[in-house]
Amino acid sequence: MLLALAAVPVLIAVAVRLSSSPPEPGRGPPFLDRVTQNGLFVSITALVVCIPLFLPLTVGVVAGDTIAGEANLGTLRYLLVVPAGRVRLLLVKFAGAAAFCLAATLTVVASGALIGAALFPVGPVTLLSGDTISVGESILRSLLVAGYVTVSLLGLSAIGLFISTLTVVPVGAMAATIVLSVVAQVLGALPQFEWLHPWLFSHYWLDFADLLRQPIAWTSFGDNALLQAGYAAVFGALAYGRFVTKDILS
Amino acid sequence: MGEQPNPAVELAIETRGLTKRFGHQTAVNAVDLAVPRGSVFGFLGPNGSGKTTTIRLALGLAAATSGQVSVLGQTMPGRLKDVLPRVGALVEGPGFYPFLSGAANLHRLDSADRYAPSATRRARVHRALDRVGLGHAAGKKVGAYSLGMKQRLGLANALLMPRELLVLDEPTNGLDPQGTREVRNLVRSLAAEGTTVFVSSHLLAEVEQMCSHIAVMSVGSLVAQGTLDELRRAGESRVRVRTPDIAAALRVLAALGLAPEQTEPPGRAGGDGNDDSHDDGVVSAPLAPDSRPAEAIVAALVAGGVRVRGFTVERASLEDRFVALTGEGFDIAQ
Repeated sequence: MLLALAAVPVLIAVAVRLSSSPPEPGRGPPFLDRVTQNGLFVSITALVVCIPLFLPLTVGVVAGDTIAGEANLGTLRYLLVVPAGRVRLLLVKFAGAAAFCLAATLTVVASGALIGAALFPVGPVTLLSGDTISVGESILRSLLVAGYVTVSLLGLSAIGLFISTLTVVPVGAMAATIVLSVVAQVLGALPQFEWLHPWLFSHYWLDFADLLRQPIAWTSFGDNALLQAGYAAVFGALAYGRFVTKDILS
Repeated sequence: MGEQPNPAVELAIETRGLTKRFGHQTAVNAVDLAVPRGSVFGFLGPNGSGKTTTIRLALGLAAATSGQVSVLGQTMPGRLKDVLPRVGALVEGPGFYPFLSGAANLHRLDSADRYAPSATRRARVHRALDRVGLGHAAGKKVGAYSLGMKQRLGLANALLMPRELLVLDEPTNGLDPQGTREVRNLVRSLAAEGTTVFVSSHLLAEVEQMCSHIAVMSVGSLVAQGTLDELRRAGESRVRVRTPDIAAALRVLAALGLAPEQTEPPGRAGGDGNDDSHDDGVVSAPLAPDSRPAEAIVAALVAGGVRVRGFTVERASLEDRFVALTGEGFDIAQ
């Protein structure tokens, strides 16, 4: 999955490189037009492309598999008989899912930076606020954006973990998690549900542009972190309530 | 049923009124199990009689609807964290990651155990694999293991640490005759070291060969429990008389207070080449434990003019006993 994620920036960079006319501003994904000027923007463009579907897909697969996958293989009962401890197992599984979120976003960013540097000129980056920062600092900003996206995915990971405690069929848990992420984004796109939007875990997913200004505006990062922490707490508690008393019959 | 557990004997597993319902179905119904420490305890019953559910309840994998379980003197699942490190278990077949090697699977499970020292992990994994005869396949992916090899790996997992109690659910499932034999020897050697071994099985012969105690489950209930000898003794004996004088034999046996019946008509019981025996039949009758001795029965038969050509007292086999307890559906032949 990480390989597939790494392929996205490569695909973008190669496509832009091979096309005769440079992309026009305002067409295609955000930041696409900047790629030809500075290869470092491949990372950001690729993240924007991956956030709505590809990243939630991979996170859904990993988070949905956490408990249900062990139950399906029959390894869950052996872990519990060891005894690994049910709460401990949940915590380790959530930490594992979070580690995957980080690995996934870092993969996209790193692969984007590498292919961008290989195919396009690399230089000081002009931020959205008009300021220019050095290459070194721009890499730092990319990592910051990766951190933002990682945090964004924690809520979904917690939802996946909870769903995974409900079933012994990992594919079902994966699909349900991915469907939920799509539903959240569909609801987020409908103005009729505006009252609901601030509560959707996908609400701040694409709001990392604030991190590309000078000075950095941390409000969206904070709002996002708070929302994701809320989701992690609620669904973590649900997963706990479900899993601690669950009869393990698989 | 069975004898009352002696309170003086320390119990490795004790259940009182243990009941588990799934919806309307009662999988385990008021089971009072008493597994003495140091015993090799055979837990018998047909498939679906509630053996595995009872084991899951004892290991804290599932919660009982009512009743109590205590393992090694501690109540479960309350003291689960203190109890389970001292228990090795094989529950309902092996469960491993097919993409990891056998040794890597054991490493992973062992590292989940907070009481297992990581310094000796490699050596303990190696020893456990050797003990079940998997030393040569330690580096092979479990996905490439045969069912028997996976079963052995499951046993190796239970042996990673020294245990006070081993719970083995159908340990010889999928094993070849040599493997079955090895498991029997393994269980005996573990028992000799003082480990209590609780073995569930639907294979009567296997249990008979290695167990000191037996409990029998049928449709969720415990129908018998005790030492192997007690269960054997509880079975009924029968006298079998081979004679051509069926009617006279029936009459004499009935006069002795027995309930005889003709099991083979005349002419069917012969066949040993003896000319005299071509018209033999067989009469048999159940023998109560307190009835008169066999020689007195023979004497009465002879005195009654019955030409006794064969006389045997047959003790009911354990198999007959189990069929009587669990019904004909018991898949002993498997």
